Amino acid sequence: MVKPLLQPGSILDGFRIEEAVHIGGMATLWRVSRPGTAMPMLMKVPKFGEGADPAAIVGFEMEQMILPRLSGIHVPKFVAAGDFAVQPYIVMECVAGKTLLPRLPDLPLPYAEVADIGVRIAMALDDLHRQHVIHLDVKPSNIMIRSTGEAVLIDFGLSHHDQLPDLLQEEFHLPYGTAPYMSPEQLLGIRNDPRSDLFALGVLLYFFSTGVRPFGESETLRGMRRRLWRDPVPPRRLRPDYPAWLQEIVLRCLESEPAWRYPTAAQLAFNLSNPSAVKLTRRSERMKQDPLTTVLRRRFNKDLTRSIAKPALAAQLSSAPIVAVAIDLMEGSASINDALRITAERILATLPSARLACLNVLKQSRIAIDFTLDEHGHNKQVDRLVALKHWAEPLKLEDTSLTVHVIEAVDTAAAILEFAHLNHVDHILIGARQSSLLRKLLGSVSAQVAAEATCTVTVVRPSHIEEEKPSSGDYPAPKESVA
Amino acid sequence: MLIAIFADIHANRQAFSACLAQARNHGAKRIVLLGDYVGYGADPEWTVTTVMDLVDKGAAAVLGNHDSAVSNPREQLNLEAQVVIEWTRGELGASQRQFLAGLPLTLNDSDRLYVHAEASNPKSWIYVASTAEAARSLADTPAHVTFCGHIHQPALYSMSATAKMTAFTPTTDVAIQLLQGRRWLAVLGSVGQPRDGNPAASYVMLDTEKRELTYCRAPYDVEQAAAQIRKNGLPTWLADRLFVGK
Repeated sequence: MVKPLLQPGSILDGFRIEEAVHIGGMATLWRVSRPGTAMPMLMKVPKFGEGADPAAIVGFEMEQMILPRLSGIHVPKFVAAGDFAVQPYIVMECVAGKTLLPRLPDLPLPYAEVADIGVRIAMALDDLHRQHVIHLDVKPSNIMIRSTGEAVLIDFGLSHHDQLPDLLQEEFHLPYGTAPYMSPEQLLGIRNDPRSDLFALGVLLYFFSTGVRPFGESETLRGMRRRLWRDPVPPRRLRPDYPAWLQEIVLRCLESEPAWRYPTAAQLAFNLSNPSAVKLTRRSERMKQDPLTTVLRRRFNKDLTRSIAKPALAAQLSSAPIVAVAIDLMEGSASINDALRITAERILATLPSARLACLNVLKQSRIAIDFTLDEHGHNKQVDRLVALKHWAEPLKLEDTSLTVHVIEAVDTAAAILEFAHLNHVDHILIGARQSSLLRKLLGSVSAQVAAEATCTVTVVRPSHIEEEKPSSGDYPAPKESVA
Repeated sequence: MLIAIFADIHANRQAFSACLAQARNHGAKRIVLLGDYVGYGADPEWTVTTVMDLVDKGAAAVLGNHDSAVSNPREQLNLEAQVVIEWTRGELGASQRQFLAGLPLTLNDSDRLYVHAEASNPKSWIYVASTAEAARSLADTPAHVTFCGHIHQPALYSMSATAKMTAFTPTTDVAIQLLQGRRWLAVLGSVGQPRDGNPAASYVMLDTEKRELTYCRAPYDVEQAAAQIRKNGLPTWLADRLFVGK
């Protein structure tokens, strides 16, 4: 079959070719238009034929499989794919703006900006992972920021879809990826661990905040493999004013063992957007790399260099949810708070990697000016944080899996919903309001949360018999209804 | 067009009925049958009559080794299967035996090839159990997609333009785009005797316009199918295994 000529002005399957915006080694990107479609579009045309890199072809095939299945704001919208026998191509949304690549001359960036970019990328990765895809090539040139602020991940040529054939898995024996950003497990040929993307994001955060790549730029397999046993120079060594919380986050992302990193991108985003809630471990204080003895022990430890079977992507994500517990600290809420604690305990018992975020909404009045101090001169915010920690104390949680938040808002339900949305919360636990008079006057917060939340909501009530008793050490059995 | 493809029905009336109903519900317009209509199960007469009826209405059907064994005593089967085939011969009428004997080993439809086992030598009934057999099968035929059964475990193989192979265990109900740049071998699970640990009946749906293949599962009344096997005095393991999909 005769291949259609691609040049400005020619028409292919109804798409008018406008101009070449990028001519690369593996593909050419054309700006295209089509009558009736207002969205700016790009056509990606792979370079096939003599001398073409087989990886380019397979990468294009992977993208052709994966992109049509993705949706949402964090990926370019898929429009059409071309017939392989005539002219292979993919037409997708042309995302306005630039990638993060042009930011490299500005490095290092201010810490707050690095964290802000990190949150956006982690949110995008969380969205992608929930759609069964691991990107496996997270780097500045594959990330764009929309004018509305959301990060967009582009180029799925090296990606792995949990429910589709992985054409790269068996095709090549060499690891595929971008050398400075590739995780240790990727170097060992493992392509099904979502935490590989968190490692790459850790490299990006380290690079953007210090101006130095944590594992250098070596492209030889030997040079790249060093990251299996050699930890990076702690960022504080490079910038003395480096915040402890950021070092904690970045070094946790860069752990060589995936299990020591954040379990999900949502949990990483949560920490990046709540620096004060980051539990500081020894990582945050480190000024030096691990001593040579430790490095040598790792170097010759076969356990670190063998590949391990990983659970399915979806199973791993759902085992590490973010659970938000909305706690009312008003008088008379003790029995319901006990019931909430029992429900939380049950969830944590089955999902040890879950993370609990305890919320309390400090109601602001619509008109009057609110004072931080109550009539006795206590700081209301601080009092409530103490009360939330007290509520959670019997759960005996590690600080890394518990955070407490007091939010000031006029509308309680809206504040809980917004918190859940912003932090990619998977499950909200909330008590049903007890007093029927108050409920009549104010409406039910739990009903509104259950109706409008985009995640699972469990509305908890104490049992009627236990309600009569003053609640103390004995936990009443909660009644649950899941909305 | 949506094509529903079934393999290894093995005289399991309950399983095949459930699959047909589900596939029609999903909008299947054409039916393809990949052989082994009889053997192991207790309803050969109903199954072959149903298959004949479907073929009359335009379905495509190929021959399986158990079907061949009905009239060909030289066909090698394991002991349990041999016992059931001897019983099956007595259950089938002349027209049904004639129908089975007249089935082709392979059928071509557009760029698709239908066959019961490995396609390079369909008469030898070789299992496609790994990329090695899949590669041999794909190398020997020009079809873009080959569909086969025989092994009772679903798998999807592909061969790239540079003859590199990939293997994949399909996820139920997730459509897979059969990219045109490579060639595919879809191994179907079994309708009447699944052996992949899932007792639900297994089949596939192909969307020819979108070039999308979906592996489907239909739950069915296993108790009833097993009871029929026991009632007819067939080996009890053939009833027991249906509950566990082994």
